[in-house]
Order: sequence, then C-alpha cells, then structure tokens
Amino acid sequence: MLDFLLAPFSYAFMQRALIASTLVGALCAIVGCYVVLRGMAFLGDALAHAILPGVAIAFLVGGDLFIGALIMSIVVAVGIGYLSQRGRVREDTAIGIIFSGALALGVLLISSAQSYQTDLTHILFGNVLGVSDRDLLLTIGFGALVLAAIVLLYKEFLIFAFDPTFAATLKLPVGGLRYLLIIVVAVTVVVSLQMVGVGLAAAMLVTPAAAASLLTRRLSHMMLVAAAIGVLSSMIGLYVSYYARVSTGASIVLSCTVLFVLALIFGPRDGLLARYRAGRRAR
Amino acid sequence: MTAKIWNHGFHGCHRWEIKTSVQSVSSVVSLLVAAGGCATNLNTHSHSEHTAVHLDGVSVGYNGKPALWDVTLDIASGLRLAVLGPNGAGKSTLFKAIMGLLPLRSGHILIHGEPPGRRAVQVAYVPQREDIDLRFPVSVRDVVMMGRYGRIGWFRRSGRADRLAVERAMERLDILHLADKPIGELSSGQMQRAFLARALAQEADILLLDEPFTGVDAPTENAIYIVLDDLKTRGITVLLATHDLDKALSHFDDLLLVNGTVVACGCAEDVFKPEILRRVFGSQITLMPSGDRIMAATDGHHP
Repeated sequence: MLDFLLAPFSYAFMQRALIASTLVGALCAIVGCYVVLRGMAFLGDALAHAILPGVAIAFLVGGDLFIGALIMSIVVAVGIGYLSQRGRVREDTAIGIIFSGALALGVLLISSAQSYQTDLTHILFGNVLGVSDRDLLLTIGFGALVLAAIVLLYKEFLIFAFDPTFAATLKLPVGGLRYLLIIVVAVTVVVSLQMVGVGLAAAMLVTPAAAASLLTRRLSHMMLVAAAIGVLSSMIGLYVSYYARVSTGASIVLSCTVLFVLALIFGPRDGLLARYRAGRRAR
Repeated sequence: MTAKIWNHGFHGCHRWEIKTSVQSVSSVVSLLVAAGGCATNLNTHSHSEHTAVHLDGVSVGYNGKPALWDVTLDIASGLRLAVLGPNGAGKSTLFKAIMGLLPLRSGHILIHGEPPGRRAVQVAYVPQREDIDLRFPVSVRDVVMMGRYGRIGWFRRSGRADRLAVERAMERLDILHLADKPIGELSSGQMQRAFLARALAQEADILLLDEPFTGVDAPTENAIYIVLDDLKTRGITVLLATHDLDKALSHFDDLLLVNGTVVACGCAEDVFKPEILRRVFGSQITLMPSGDRIMAATDGHHP
C-alpha cells in the first residue's frame, strides 16, 4: 500500500507535479469561495479562455507564456469590469462577447504556428507533468501574493461580497475592491492554467468552494474546507492519472466533481440524505 | 437663524386619538390643528453646530427621472424625525442621498457641517430591504461585527472593544442568543433586528432607518421602540421613513412630509392639515370630518 502511494513520486517530474497541483488546488479553492459567493463562475471561465491570445502571442514571439497570460488576464478582467460597470451591457453579455472573441483570436494565432496540435492541447487541457522548477517558483510567488491579498483584505472582501451597499455606506472603495477581486481571480486562473488548462480552470475555482459551501456556515471555515477539498482532489487526480494513464488535469477536475457530489449527498445539514431523513421524521 | 432642538416632542400634544385596524387601512388618525414650535427647519443658510444634517437645494434622480427635487432642510442634532410619504415619494432616495450613495443633480449636503464621507462612522443606515444572499456563510455576530469595520480600519483585526460593542448591540435588540446562527436562518423580524444591531454597533451619531416596521413581528417592533427611546436619551439623531401615520405620531418629535419634494415639515399640529395631507398622499388618503376633528386614513401599503 505504502509502495502504491509512494511509487509515483520516485520521479522528479511527479514530485513537482504534486507540489504544483496541491498548491494550485488550495489557492483556487480559497479564491473560489468568493467566485461562488459573488456568482462569478462564468467570469472565471471566461477569464481562463480569454487568456489564450496572450499565451499565443507570447508563444509566437518566443516570450514567456506565464507573463503573456498574466498581462492578458488583467487586461480582460479590467475590460469586463469596465464594460459591465458602465451599464452599457449586462455583465454576462459583456463576458460572453469578450470570452468567445478572445478564444477565437487565441486559436487563430496558435493555428499559425507549426506545432499547433500539441501546444493547443497543453494550453487547453494543462500539462502538470511538464511543470519546470521555474514554473513552480512562479506558482509559489503569485500564489503567495494572492493569499496575502485574501488574508489582509479578509474583512473588506467579506463585506463587499456580502453587502456591497453597506460597504459603500462605510465609505469603502467598492469599485476598487471589485476590480481587485476580479484581478485576484485572474491571477489565480493564470496560475492554475499549467495544471488543468484553459478548459478546466473554472472547475478548480468553483467546484471545491461549492462543495465546501454545503458543509460549512462561516466564510473562514468554508475557505479552509474548500482548500482541503482542492488539495485532496489534486492528489487523487495525480494518482488516478498515473496508474490509469489518463489526462492529469481531467482526473483532478473529475476528483473535485466526485467530492462535490459526495458533499451534496452526505452533507450533514443540507445533504440530500439528511433532508430525506428530516422529511421522514417530519411525517 | 439657529435651529433649536425640539425637546418636548409629543408630550405637548395631548389631543391625539389614534385608532387602528380598520379594514384595508393601515392607520386612522384624528387631527387637530394647533400651533407649535419645530426643530426641523426649511429655511436655507440656517445651519449651525447643532444641525446634524443640512440639505440645500438637493435634487436626485435615476436614469433621467428626478426622484427628489429641490430639498432644502435642516435637521437638528438629537432629533427624532419621521419621514412620511406614500410609496415612491422619495423617502428612500432622500436617505441614499444623505448616505452619499447617489450622485446629486444639484445642491449640496452637509453632515455636521462637513460633506458626507469625510468621516466614515458618522451616519448609520438600515435600508428598507437588505439585498443579501441568504445562503452567505456568515453568522449574526459576523454581520453585526461588520458595523465595526469602518472603525477598525484597513488590514487590522477586531479588538476587545469591537467585540464588546457587538455584544452590547445584540443584547439591546435581544438577539444575543442568536449570535452564532447563520444569518439566513433568522426570521424576517430577527433579521431586521440583526441589521439594526449592526447599525448600532457603528456607534454613529446619526441613524437612518428606512421603513423598519414593514413586515416585522411584535417583538421586533417593541425592540425598535426601546432602541429609539434609548437613542433619544443619548442624543442620537434618528430619521425614520414610514408610510404609517400612527407610528410617526407616537414616537417622533417632528414630521417631514415628502412627495417628490418636501411638502411640509414640523410637529404634528403644523403639518397634519387636510390640504397638506392631500398633497402628500393624494388619493391614498381619506379624510373624514368628525366633530372638531378630522379623521385621516391612509391605504395600507406593505410591499
């Protein structure tokens, strides 16, 4: 049994994959709590897709993919925030327009490159087994920045997410907090791209946090439980992909989904089973 | 000219009779016309250090339509003012303008002689309906603690004084036993008390309550009255919006009648006149002569 658990990690690339995926799993889950509570799931998904042109341009000019993605994500985040705040179009419409346009632009750019197939696959679905030491350092660095923002601005983000009107009466800079939260989500998405890719990044944000929301009643607890679920599914996903020889990103996301379904059924308060029992008792 | 604090309130008005619960009528009030001094002042350029809220020619609107126009008003410090008017009269707009939540089309507002927003903790506000997600994972204590955030400041954690203030606020509204419950599990009355406790925890010296009696239970109504009396003794200025004449008569010093703009302001004797009430409530009010009195009934609107 111990051999079964340790065997994959005799490879250096698997060790790096383990560190990267658990870090990203925890980070995405914590940031994801705000994504779930503020109803930003579609935004997270859109951000992940809209990053593609940034990655493609960086790839074509031989620049750094991570930096390309980061710049693009912040441009898109601010763009969506601006379009919807002015009330010109509804927020989901603004997201939909930018999201699909950027995705098309990204595919167009990548299709002009020689190694189109493999690169696109890696960007779309991640390549956690190909994490380099440098990638790992970038993940740790930006992860620490995001975590610092979440911890230092816990009160402010809490009140903004719960009751923006009240935040405004306290003279908190509601607009600034809104942009900052979108940027935090954008950076988190960029950090998670290496692991699960553009196609599945939103799942890492939303699913662990949604599962945690079924199990907890306070934001701080929700964040801790979500982080635990994120780490656990990253580890399960790595094992599954190693032994079953299937896509790592997809395995990690599916592990999240399974944990969510378990929380939905067996949740102590709102779980389907608990409700069924309560219903029978009431009768 | 200096506005004075109106301190004898309704103790000077004995000849009021209030009857309630006529079918589909929220309040029936009998009226007498008499004279009286008022602390709420409609003259411009009269604000002083005793003026809590000063509005000068204020107009506010949403998307082109003015919701409130040309409001000029001085509210004395420590006053309990009922803001009366039918639904859509601009009561909530007035409060939002005072809170600095809406841009002014024209005019200006001063809070204790300063533009709103200069000091964060001066004015507390309980909106008519909290637009919150009931599944949000916060306890009642967390919500009340949010009232302290303006005082705690950036990057800092709540201290002992904050926790004590939160406990006291919950105690005053009799929700201490609910402190660790998720906010979404409270009844509507309990929730109203939680948001009022949050406003008290701000320890502001001006409090704006928008229709706090709408859809609440008797314990909550009593709790609100007890808090109002307590605030009065501590010199806190309270503005309370209501469309209910009884409530306005029984617990407030002055009345402000609005319908798009200020129609009348002052103590009950001055403002409860048939022609004024008709201008404010229009077809929503029925006036019936009864001896030397006039009975007034407003339609019961409980959105």
